[in-house]
Amino acid sequence: MTNRGTGMTSTANPADERTARIPEFPMARAAKCPFDPPPALRDEQREGPLRKVRLWDGSTPWLVTRYSEQRALLGDARVSSEVTRPGFPNQAPVKSGSTGLSFITMDDPEHSRQRRMVTAPFAIKRVDALRPAVQKIVDDLIDTMLAGPNPVDLVEAFALPVPSLVICELLGVPYADHDFFQSNSRVLITRDVDPEERWGAMKRLTDYLDELLGEKIAHPADDLLSGLVPRIETGELTRNGAAQMGVLLLLAGHETTANMIALGTLALLEHPDQLALLRETDDPKLVASAVEELLRYLNITHGGRRRLALEDIEISGETIRAGEGIIVPNEIGNRDPEVFADPDRLDLRRDARRHVAFGFGVHQCLGQPLARMELQVVYSTLYRRIPTLRLATGLEKIPFKHDGSVYGVYELPVAW
Amino acid sequence: MRVELDEPKCVASGQCVMASPEVFDQRDEDGVAVLLEETPGAELLDGVREAVAICPAAAIRLVEG
Ligand code: HEM
Ligand code: SF4
Repeated sequence: MTNRGTGMTSTANPADERTARIPEFPMARAAKCPFDPPPALRDEQREGPLRKVRLWDGSTPWLVTRYSEQRALLGDARVSSEVTRPGFPNQAPVKSGSTGLSFITMDDPEHSRQRRMVTAPFAIKRVDALRPAVQKIVDDLIDTMLAGPNPVDLVEAFALPVPSLVICELLGVPYADHDFFQSNSRVLITRDVDPEERWGAMKRLTDYLDELLGEKIAHPADDLLSGLVPRIETGELTRNGAAQMGVLLLLAGHETTANMIALGTLALLEHPDQLALLRETDDPKLVASAVEELLRYLNITHGGRRRLALEDIEISGETIRAGEGIIVPNEIGNRDPEVFADPDRLDLRRDARRHVAFGFGVHQCLGQPLARMELQVVYSTLYRRIPTLRLATGLEKIPFKHDGSVYGVYELPVAW
Repeated sequence: MRVELDEPKCVASGQCVMASPEVFDQRDEDGVAVLLEETPGAELLDGVREAVAICPAAAIRLVEG
């Protein structure tokens, strides 16, 4: 037995000591470092790859702090994503009787059976074919912005419309309804929301998608939702299952990318030398590398992937018992100094492709080719077309989404 | 060196196509990876190794022979 030399007292039971020191999760970021993970999370990473944390309900799941253990566990078939299992380390209380959100909260084989119904439109070549259409959306929004009031809120004028327009087009959802689905999405991704309210937002969105599916059944079009109609007819997917899948894609398709655009712009404005690299290049390789580095650096899907162990799992000298919760925060895995040298430096030229910002394992982001393409178009266009873009307020006045399961800024006042 | 693809494991993430477009492509019907080159030349191996490293589903292997 090792003894680190402090407590030689006979009562010191290491298990008790450990329980007493279990920190609360999620942890707070330092006010002065809005782009960095919470300092307490780094402390845990320094202590070891597998730690324990305490959640809102008093439960004490495992916290996985290092990159290699994060990938190993997310890639392990013995972990579950089913949020309704007893002991699942949920972000917030779940209303009893509510289900998850389509295949993101299912396990294989059902997860992969459903996921494969919608993978085709997200294949690299299919997504690349959309690039000119996305470029036009981005150019048109910039034209409108330049013709409008200065300063303006970049979130409202640009960051949110880009991915919303793109995902609406791909799914076949009318963009005119964006106020409705954006406001309900926001409820779903805010942490401290009453379970009833969250359930209501989920119900409104599912009903809305169900109605849209009805229209697609009557008048099929060339879009992803219409592509689900034959699956409903053959019984491969229930109509409700299709509606939930629609909600997942709509939600995941705009909230994430929007935050990457706004928070990414803020990070670049705070790192003018890096912004200059993007403004002055027309090398698609550098743009692509910048997107990977910003994904690694920003970690907008913070607060951890959540899993439950289905069997005992031995890892790095610890045993995760069947039934124990597992939390895997990419905001710390992507800052692991063993994998990324000088991890807190934003360096658009580094090779950051191995980041875990899209997760890892069978649930790794379905929309990643689309997100990458949208971000490549945005980052290679916005700062070149508006070279004088600047923050119209102080960094300390920017409202950050500390309370969201997707990190970012609520507002980004910019001028030029 | 030979590339092995465990198709049922593939989750159609497209990472391999991004890392090594000369060696990997995706099926039209569901985005599942397909091999364009089973025994890629030495100049392509760096890309394949990157694909092995970033494949989220551990579906790609590079083996001797
Ligand atoms: C930069 C933007 C994005 C980021 C950072 C991001 C991040 C993530 C992460 C971390 C996961 C893994 C969840 C888990 O393991 O539990 C995920 C899954 C997913 N994402 Fe994204 N995402 C982005 C954009 C998109 C877009 C544009 C779509 C388009 C529809 C999308 C659709 C999905 C879906 C459907 C899943 C579930 C996959 C599954 O469970 O098999 N995401 N995303
Ligand atoms: S990287 Fe792996 S999971 Fe993704 S498409 Fe290629 S083989 Fe499939």
